[in-house]
Amino acid sequence: MKISKLHPIMQLATAATLALGLGVAAQAEEGAKLIVNGEIEMVTRTAAPAYIDGLDEIISGWEFRSTETQALQMDDFDNSGMLGVDSALEAWNKVQGPEQKSCATCHGDVESMKGVRTVMPKFNEEANDLWTLEDYINNCRTERQNVEAWGYTGGSMTNMAALIAVQSRGMPMNVAIDGPAAPFWEAGKELYYARTGVLELSCASCHEQSYGLHIRADHLSQGQINGFPAYRLKNAKLNGIHARFKGCVRDTKAETYKPGGPEFHALELYVASRGNGLTVEGPSVRN
Amino acid sequence: MASGVKPRVKVPKTAAAGETITIKTLISHKMESGQRKDSDGNLIPQSIINTFTCDFNGQNVISVELHGAISTNPYFQFEATVPESGDFTFTWNDDDGSTYTDTKSIAVS
Repeated sequence: MKISKLHPIMQLATAATLALGLGVAAQAEEGAKLIVNGEIEMVTRTAAPAYIDGLDEIISGWEFRSTETQALQMDDFDNSGMLGVDSALEAWNKVQGPEQKSCATCHGDVESMKGVRTVMPKFNEEANDLWTLEDYINNCRTERQNVEAWGYTGGSMTNMAALIAVQSRGMPMNVAIDGPAAPFWEAGKELYYARTGVLELSCASCHEQSYGLHIRADHLSQGQINGFPAYRLKNAKLNGIHARFKGCVRDTKAETYKPGGPEFHALELYVASRGNGLTVEGPSVRN
Repeated sequence: MASGVKPRVKVPKTAAAGETITIKTLISHKMESGQRKDSDGNLIPQSIINTFTCDFNGQNVISVELHGAISTNPYFQFEATVPESGDFTFTWNDDDGSTYTDTKSIAVS
């Protein structure tokens, strides 16, 4: 019984692969260019890195959205994600805790964070582990400011990640996958192609083999994370990378990995490396 | 006063007399629906922006009534014709009695 129930799904999966050529044509307007505020030119399409077998071209999620949603990201006033950035800027300058330090006490102007987002996640020698932007933020909070860590996918954390991402807007993603990061990258790749849940879908099933096709009323993107944190119209707030991963895994009807856990750390590195060459867009606007 | 409320307005700094300009406004606001409960199970009272108005030199440009089911961070974009230099005043009224205002000047040549 179970097997016969699975059957139509497998047929669907095959059909989806065959229809790929058609699907790509269903994207929003070809050749549309993402220029934010009339000055920051984004790379939304470029050649895939050599170590990615399943893609020839990498495409930003922005290209898969409707013209109206795309327009929201082209002007900071229309981009509601900037509300989160504004509130994080207040947090950046807020002196707090027993050490009486703000982020600015050590780091100065937030512009000093320029380029940081492009190399995240990266291997931290001292901790001997792979660290995401969120890990660095929380480390500053607990070790330097001596205040309580933020929840990994909480609002304050995601807003701060967006504030730091904004400093690197327009710079190409460039995460390192060699050296000490290599084992994490391999583990992430393994997860990317591992099927999960009742639906037995891997990340690749949707985002490598079927991007451009419809998923209900929406277009599947390549699942690139250069635009994160992303302001989603569906929940009217900024969403972090691991929160999105969790949503994706949940949609395969699986028990998800924990946001901030080792699985999603590895997956974040691998997925980020798939987008090496695309520009940092955070905070992007998606539906 | 609800937390995290901040009005934002975008008005061109200059315009020609009689020119039609585009005004954009955005206010960060939770728009608490009155349907949600807190962690103790008590109903959170409704607190939304119920009116929005824009005046130019004392003359009303637009007046909007808002009701339930309008999502968080309400955004308005509208056009106005400016006959002379002056000030645009923007007012948002909250259910909880708070009023948020912003003013932008425009020079007409």
